[in-house]
Amino acid sequence: MTNQEIVTLYPKIFSPLWKRSPLKIFFSLLIFSYLIFSIKYFNISVTELLNGLNKMKPILLSMVTWNDFLSWNFNSILVGILQTLAMAFLGTFAASVISIPLGLLASRQVTKINLFRFIVRRILDFIRGVDILIWALIFVRAFGLGPLSGVLAIFVADTGTLSKLYSEAADNSDNKQIEGLVSSGSTKLSTIRFGLMPQVVPIFISQSLYFFESNSRSAVILGIVGAGGIGLQLSERMKAQYWDQAFFIIIIILIMVALIDKLSRFLREKLIND
Amino acid sequence: MNKITSDNHYKNLIGKKRFWNLSLIILIFIGVILSSKIIDINVSNLLNGMPRLGDYVSQILPSIESNKLFLGSKDQGSIAYWYFNLPKYLKLLFETFNMALLATIVGSTLALFLSFLAAKNTSPNSLLFFSIRRILEFFRGVPEIIFAILFVWVLGIGPLAGIIAMTLHTTGSLGKLFSEVHENSNNKPIEALKASGGNWLSEMKFGLLPQVLPNLISYALLRFEINIRASTILGFVGAGGIGQELYLVINFNYYEEVSAIILLIILTVISIDLLSGYLRKNITRIEND
Repeated sequence: MTNQEIVTLYPKIFSPLWKRSPLKIFFSLLIFSYLIFSIKYFNISVTELLNGLNKMKPILLSMVTWNDFLSWNFNSILVGILQTLAMAFLGTFAASVISIPLGLLASRQVTKINLFRFIVRRILDFIRGVDILIWALIFVRAFGLGPLSGVLAIFVADTGTLSKLYSEAADNSDNKQIEGLVSSGSTKLSTIRFGLMPQVVPIFISQSLYFFESNSRSAVILGIVGAGGIGLQLSERMKAQYWDQAFFIIIIILIMVALIDKLSRFLREKLIND
Repeated sequence: MNKITSDNHYKNLIGKKRFWNLSLIILIFIGVILSSKIIDINVSNLLNGMPRLGDYVSQILPSIESNKLFLGSKDQGSIAYWYFNLPKYLKLLFETFNMALLATIVGSTLALFLSFLAAKNTSPNSLLFFSIRRILEFFRGVPEIIFAILFVWVLGIGPLAGIIAMTLHTTGSLGKLFSEVHENSNNKPIEALKASGGNWLSEMKFGLLPQVLPNLISYALLRFEINIRASTILGFVGAGGIGQELYLVINFNYYEEVSAIILLIILTVISIDLLSGYLRKNITRIEND
């Protein structure tokens, strides 16, 4: 076959690009024009960026030169790490406890009244729409600076998400055991206890573990608005331009998060296998 | 005989289960006690704060009266009075939206380039593979608000710092997700291209990209949702967007404006989530057309 023959055989493949996929060109143009618009909109200039990079150089350099390493205040860093973990643990624990009734109330399996379920779900959506840092800021206003505000922020933000996940787990549960219990005349409460809970509790625990893991990340940033933990130590050092110590703390945070990841994955696998 | 063994087996199972449950409960109990010790939490503290929290919430809620609901912005009790600053908020929301969108576009483009190098099956060089992976891990592991503090220091207060911070974080997390998609792809088209003499670039472009693109777009959209949330808070450290206004309003106790802004943020986040969810559901259909 000559080239010409192939082209006549598959005219679609060898037609020009704008004919073959006009959508692709349209989207590329759209993105391109958006980029030009946003450069104008944000006043992004190359000289400004280059200036920034120049300023960045000494900062990066001082991040990796640890001259007075031995004189750093390791005690406060250790306390910060422990506080962060404690905040994540307590927040997740409290949110998990309250999410069990809330999640069940928001689930089809338990609440047969549509309107009630709808209201519970919308309240949960509302809670989820607000970022954890905004909650932290509000709690810092009400309870003052300190890890207590962080715990409450994690608690509220997680209640929104965990309840939703719990209710979905309950929605997806097997109906047969529940029907079996109902048909043999058990009460509503014991139907939930013996029909639903054995199915969903392993999922609940695994979700909560996963949230503990992700909260140990988000608890890090709560300190920035004054809600305690390692984030407070980090942002204080960044404000005072102790870049070397800040970088050290970032590394410690990364190690901590990786360890928690490993631990939680190990526990979750154990849980699923049993 | 048979009955006895099955009874024993049942008892064994129950015993084992009880043991695990009990140890889990003890573990959680110890965790709670230890954590409350570490952060010095106690019941009286909590109870003292509760009424203050109630006060605060009742202060930030708007004083809307049903008979004055639609009066002008000068009358206390109307929606217009509550949202007298709406044009400013909308301008800031638009900025927030654009920050997230720009960071998602630039970040996912960077992630796309890096993901080929960070996937086991497509990386041309194992040293490159290893180092790119570590770099992505670093960008993913550091929270974007930490990057934002750094860039506010370098570039000054404004949305640019937030955009760069989000771009870095997006690159880190999408780079990892994209490379995992590549690793799960079908190798046959790539091998066919290799066999007919294609170079690395054309293998990626014609062999890999067509099969992974819908997945990549779907991940990028998901990231856009996350970035919208992030861009509403980056302003807390001066990195632009509506967060900057929210931070100011909360700290200066402009009570009713707090609820006004938070409500706007919630509406924005929920509507973007719905839109992006719809797009993600239909992305495979669009790709096939």
